[in-house]
Amino acid sequence: MAVAATGTGARPARAGRRLSVPNWIGTVPFFGYVAIFLLWPTGIVVYDAFKNPAGNFTLSGLTALGNSQVRGYFIGSFKLSLISAVIGAVFGAILAYAIAAGNPDGMIRRLYLSVSGVLAQFGGVTLAFAFLVLIGPVGLLFHAGWYFNFPWGITLIYAYFQIPLMVLVFLPAIDGLKVQWREASESLGSSTWQYWRYVGAPLLMPAFLGALLLLFANALSAYATIQAWEDQVPYTVPQQIYNSMSSEVGLANINYADVLALGMVVLVAIVMTGYALLQRRAARWLR
Amino acid sequence: MAAPAKRPVGMQARRRRRLNLFRYVVFTVFGLFIVLPLLAMARFSLEGAKLGTWSFTAYRQIASYNSSEGIPPLISAVEITLELAVITSSVMLVLVVPTMIWIRLRVQWLARTMEFLSLLPLTIPPIVLVVGLGPIYDKIQHLSLSALMLFWVYVILALPYAYRALAAGLSSIDATTLSEAARSLGASWFSVIVRVIVPNMWDAILNALLLTCALVLGEFTIAFFLLYVNLQVELYSISRNTPDAGVIFSTSFAALLFTFVLLLILSFARRRRRGLPRG
Repeated sequence: MAVAATGTGARPARAGRRLSVPNWIGTVPFFGYVAIFLLWPTGIVVYDAFKNPAGNFTLSGLTALGNSQVRGYFIGSFKLSLISAVIGAVFGAILAYAIAAGNPDGMIRRLYLSVSGVLAQFGGVTLAFAFLVLIGPVGLLFHAGWYFNFPWGITLIYAYFQIPLMVLVFLPAIDGLKVQWREASESLGSSTWQYWRYVGAPLLMPAFLGALLLLFANALSAYATIQAWEDQVPYTVPQQIYNSMSSEVGLANINYADVLALGMVVLVAIVMTGYALLQRRAARWLR
Repeated sequence: MAAPAKRPVGMQARRRRRLNLFRYVVFTVFGLFIVLPLLAMARFSLEGAKLGTWSFTAYRQIASYNSSEGIPPLISAVEITLELAVITSSVMLVLVVPTMIWIRLRVQWLARTMEFLSLLPLTIPPIVLVVGLGPIYDKIQHLSLSALMLFWVYVILALPYAYRALAAGLSSIDATTLSEAARSLGASWFSVIVRVIVPNMWDAILNALLLTCALVLGEFTIAFFLLYVNLQVELYSISRNTPDAGVIFSTSFAALLFTFVLLLILSFARRRRRGLPRG
């Protein structure tokens, strides 16, 4: 057996000189860190969601997720995430196509990619201010009556970081479309429409849907912008989590914030699993 | 260029023209969408006492920060956030880079676990994490009340982005061969990692730094929930407590511009490095 051979024969000098420390010891700091600051808090959320404030085990947290008031926040979150993801994905794909069609080393491409990289991370408080002074009640461009309308007002604001994120995620897929495919279908006599209908769209579809799911999860977990946009009326789950933690509102017999948080984890986990599966599917053609 | 003999050249040219028209329309529309909110904010920050007039008052107020004038302590928030960005990036690099290389070279069977754990924060939104962080930060606050303690969790938030950047860099070099060569010449594992592998992945490291800084500069949720004051929280509370609109927008705009410029510099620096000839 190989194991026996290494144990006795190979490198006897070393084995004798040093105390043999398993290699995985070197990874302990990393895994320890992740365990304390990621797994432990998540565990606390899950654990507390099944307890009442007195500390006893209860399942009423789960039934509370079906409560019409609680469901309302989830529907609000779902609506906002879906609409902003679809808008972000469609417009982002158009922009990504326009970028991909140009010179790969051109100034426009470099500029848009750098700016997208910055804006995709830019879901902060300042974003809400920027739109407030552009189209809000004191707007410089115009006064949009629907600025404080949920979900359209906030969707427009979310588009500001969703579209750049789509560009970043989707551009590699469009870049992966080979010129030869276009030429092949043209030599077979296809029109532009037919090329996109039968070749381009089916190839890009998994990548597009995957990106859509990523945008959905992104909007679902966003919080800063919507808090700065409207801090009086909660529409979404994150806002309600804040309310329940800061003012003890909500249902008294359960750990309300933990239950809402658990619901969000489940939702995001489902979406991100779908994203991972679609990414794998998309990778098949795009090498 | 030798074009194929019977190409319908006119049609190609027409399509090119149409495509270019489409591209310029798209770039203009999206360019406006990106620039207009920023311009509006810039204009508002220069608003004088009367509507429609111009003045630098708001900026002067930030510059000559003086609490007796009722200007909020923005400078300290900026300072804290910058320090957080530096600490978070350093901890991230020290924690992740050696572990990743070590796993790649010596403990391959842990690679999938590390990938899974590193990408896990993507499915656990900050708003969820912060609910569970309460008890942990209770303990940390016994030791120190400083907002710098936020770095513990910021490392986790930035982990997926940094991991992906670093993984791309590490997989593009042949780490096994490099380390075998170095080891056979008598290098210790420490110098394999620090002096052989790391210099080969500077691009990826710079990338990871950029993403980490971007995240820290824009972070609001965790700080807000745990009652720490960083830049974003300060801006938020100014906007809630100050009737003077100019100050809000000048501070926001200054902060935004600062972030923007920093990130653009970093991302262009990265491009330039990549543009250099090899060797």
